[in-house]
Amino acid sequence: MSASKNRHAVGHNVEKVDAFKLARGEAVYTDDITRPGMLTAKVLRSPHAHARIVKVDVSAAMALEGVADVIWHEDVKAIAHTRAGQSYPEPSPYDTVIMPHKARFIGDRVAVVAADTAAIAEKALKLIEVQYEILPAICDMDEALERTDVLVHEEADPLGIGGGGKSNVAAHIDKQVGDVDAALKTCDLVVERVYHLPRVQASHIEPHISIAWVDEDRRLIVRTSTQVPFHLRRILARILEMSESQIRVIKPRVGGGFGDKQEMVVEDLVSVLALRTGRPVRLEFTRAEELIAARYRHPQRITMTTGVMKDGTMVANRMHVMADTGAYGSHALTVQGNTGQKVMPMYPAPNIHFLVDCVYTNNPISGAFRGYGAPQGCFALESHMDEVARELGMDRLELRLKNHIRLGDTDPLSAKLGEGREGLARVVRSTGLDEAIVQGCEAIGWGQEKKPSAPHLKRGVGMALAMQGSGIAGVDWGAATVKLNDDGSVNLAVGATDIGQGSDTILAQFCAEELGIPTEKVLVLSSDTDLTPFDVGAYASSTTYVSGGAVVKAAIKVREQLAEVLGSTWECKAGEIIFADSKATGPGGKSMTMAEVAMFALYDAKIQPMATASHMSNESPPPFAAQFADVEVDPETGQVEVLKIVSAVDCGTVVHPRLAQGQVEGAVAQALGYALFEEVLLDRSGKVLNPNFLDYKIASALDVPPMVTILVETDEPTGPHGAKAAGEVPIDGPAPAIVNAICDAVGVRNYRIPATPERVWRGIKEATQE
Amino acid sequence: MKIEMELNGRAVTHEIDPGANLLSVLRGMGQFSVKLGCETGDCGSCTVLLDGEPVNSCVVAAARTHSHKVTTLEGLLGDPLMKELQQELVDKGAVQCGYCSPGILISLYAHFRAGNELTDHHLREALTGNLCRCTGYVKPLEAALTVAQNQQGGPDEQGGAS
Repeated sequence: MSASKNRHAVGHNVEKVDAFKLARGEAVYTDDITRPGMLTAKVLRSPHAHARIVKVDVSAAMALEGVADVIWHEDVKAIAHTRAGQSYPEPSPYDTVIMPHKARFIGDRVAVVAADTAAIAEKALKLIEVQYEILPAICDMDEALERTDVLVHEEADPLGIGGGGKSNVAAHIDKQVGDVDAALKTCDLVVERVYHLPRVQASHIEPHISIAWVDEDRRLIVRTSTQVPFHLRRILARILEMSESQIRVIKPRVGGGFGDKQEMVVEDLVSVLALRTGRPVRLEFTRAEELIAARYRHPQRITMTTGVMKDGTMVANRMHVMADTGAYGSHALTVQGNTGQKVMPMYPAPNIHFLVDCVYTNNPISGAFRGYGAPQGCFALESHMDEVARELGMDRLELRLKNHIRLGDTDPLSAKLGEGREGLARVVRSTGLDEAIVQGCEAIGWGQEKKPSAPHLKRGVGMALAMQGSGIAGVDWGAATVKLNDDGSVNLAVGATDIGQGSDTILAQFCAEELGIPTEKVLVLSSDTDLTPFDVGAYASSTTYVSGGAVVKAAIKVREQLAEVLGSTWECKAGEIIFADSKATGPGGKSMTMAEVAMFALYDAKIQPMATASHMSNESPPPFAAQFADVEVDPETGQVEVLKIVSAVDCGTVVHPRLAQGQVEGAVAQALGYALFEEVLLDRSGKVLNPNFLDYKIASALDVPPMVTILVETDEPTGPHGAKAAGEVPIDGPAPAIVNAICDAVGVRNYRIPATPERVWRGIKEATQE
Repeated sequence: MKIEMELNGRAVTHEIDPGANLLSVLRGMGQFSVKLGCETGDCGSCTVLLDGEPVNSCVVAAARTHSHKVTTLEGLLGDPLMKELQQELVDKGAVQCGYCSPGILISLYAHFRAGNELTDHHLREALTGNLCRCTGYVKPLEAALTVAQNQQGGPDEQGGAS
């Protein structure tokens, strides 16, 4: 079922289509252009966590030479929307306007300057005088849930998703299968624990950057580092009161996104300023702004209550998620929904209860980040499985093997919980989880005695299981256009958005496979709302599975057109013609190279072989992962050294082994930070204390341990050539696997991550004092 | 103010703002391989060679490069060692979003050219100033180790700009 299935493109390590130009440092990213008269924009941010913006005096700033424009809420019409960057209708509250009347966190937009240079813009910011009416701020999520006298959002959300106007609730979920309370009373053992998850940031190395201008046809052109060009065009049209036809969004190469570029963080500002000034406007976040005013993985507190029988059978499982969305509620409902929906089905107990309270606070904003809620849920559930096993006196691997989801099982939660509406039932039609566990155990040396490298150190191993989805069932869709050129090459235009993960290459492989041509003969154009068909964009692990399906369909249509043309001249049935090895071959030894076929179609038959196809799936098949960590802990200092991480991943057919491994390895490095050292720290007033890479550490080459990545191939019947998603599932398991390994080494559990040396050391110290 | 530097082997005279950092001046001169990631000297995306030594150009005052040699990736595209490093990065799948790739290439190039040790640990040290959020460093290191093996196995090639 692998590449050897006589596929010439799918399953092979073809050259990544954009790799060389990136390795040459070519000018391909948003900021690698300049336009005559281009202005630089800078944002004045609120120093108060909660304050009404009564009056902004911009006269001194405007008087400064080189300043073209300054805007604040009086200058921009307040149209409620969400910046989440999701499909319409969005499942996020419309709680945002371009320029707010009230600052809701330290860092919220107060005014924006556009000037000839960045230095002038910075200088102008200092000349703006703001009159604030300071309001009491709520920076604690429990306080936010309790209090109704202080509201982060005083207006009701027009969609009725959040509790704006009445409470600080941004999203609430209460879904139950069976009856957990009743079932818990029948269990031999009930284990309840609380887990704490930190605020972490995506930290793509290219910051948010957009350039907007008005072209010669009076259209607004937005060149931007985004994951969602088509959603962006729709949202901009609405909030700028323009039609979509007046806006073009161009996505050049993107320097990493990881969910953080799903949101409209800067595009609305450059658009407003370009329209007002008639000049090109550029706005790029500083790294400090990335860590203050972009988006975080939601910090959560998760209470797990699990009932089991003596033999380890899980009878009831409850997950209660308390989450902080910060000042705005984009992704509040859906990220928190995923925390249970993508995670709890791993152990499909007959009684499952999933509860969410996600609140607004006056903290900076949480949003989408790779894994989208699942890393939090997976940490809680997989830590908890070890706790349950320990209480039961049962082997932790055995407990998992006894309860995990299997082929043909129905995911108990997905039908109850879609993206803010009723979802679709999900049946597991492919799974390599058992094989992943077997191969992962072997690679880590599970069950073998491991000696520490020095007598004062402690060594331990841990594991975690994870599952995710492949797109949003019944919601995500994409389209592709394939067009044949004279020389037998094709243009492949897709709305799908390559942000570095390599989707242009994967989609080119699918196209090449269907047409029987080499991948390098496929010229990919991704994401320009004028030139490519629609796609929801790069999120929810959807591109390979959903957009890939569209490419396969479009390429097949073109192949059928060619077969028809050739069939009429060769006097055979279209179905008798085979396309392989860059040739078309018919009965009786008839044969033409693809270039000859193209010339024949274009100049004899006089048709343009070309097709567009759309694809949507009512399924979201889960990719699976079994991940393992081997660690050494110094009890004297609390220092943890990860010696090895093993990831065994089932992503269906592996379309490009090296790219798939790269997805796993990058995810593991991000998860390593989540487990051990990454945390955006806020003081009590909601101010970020570490907004730079020196104090907010992400993994460097010296931090990452040796990694073993095993791709367990399965054949997903609903996926293009059997493929499922790979991008998100491997970020879920490493953190619980590492913390489980620490616990295995020293006998003390970290219920709170990151498991910094101080936290590990304190845990050990408290346990020995008891 | 006016500065004169040797950029990629050519003498250039350039008018700069006295407070400008080298990163912004180089980008203004069309050296787009030099990327802005943090502007605090932490991420390494803007790495260039200053008199042959790798530096974060965001924390170097452009004025400081007056009468000095600056080399960017653009200036090394014809260099055999650089070409080999690029080829291996591409072949091993070490280029994902590619934003950190030029900085990684410059750091590795400088490490190899300086005749430093080419063990896994030393290559990790060479890359530790270049943050990459996509790859987990596995494939960049694999590429660097492959070049190291080729260098150690084959005849010692000299030359190239630095």
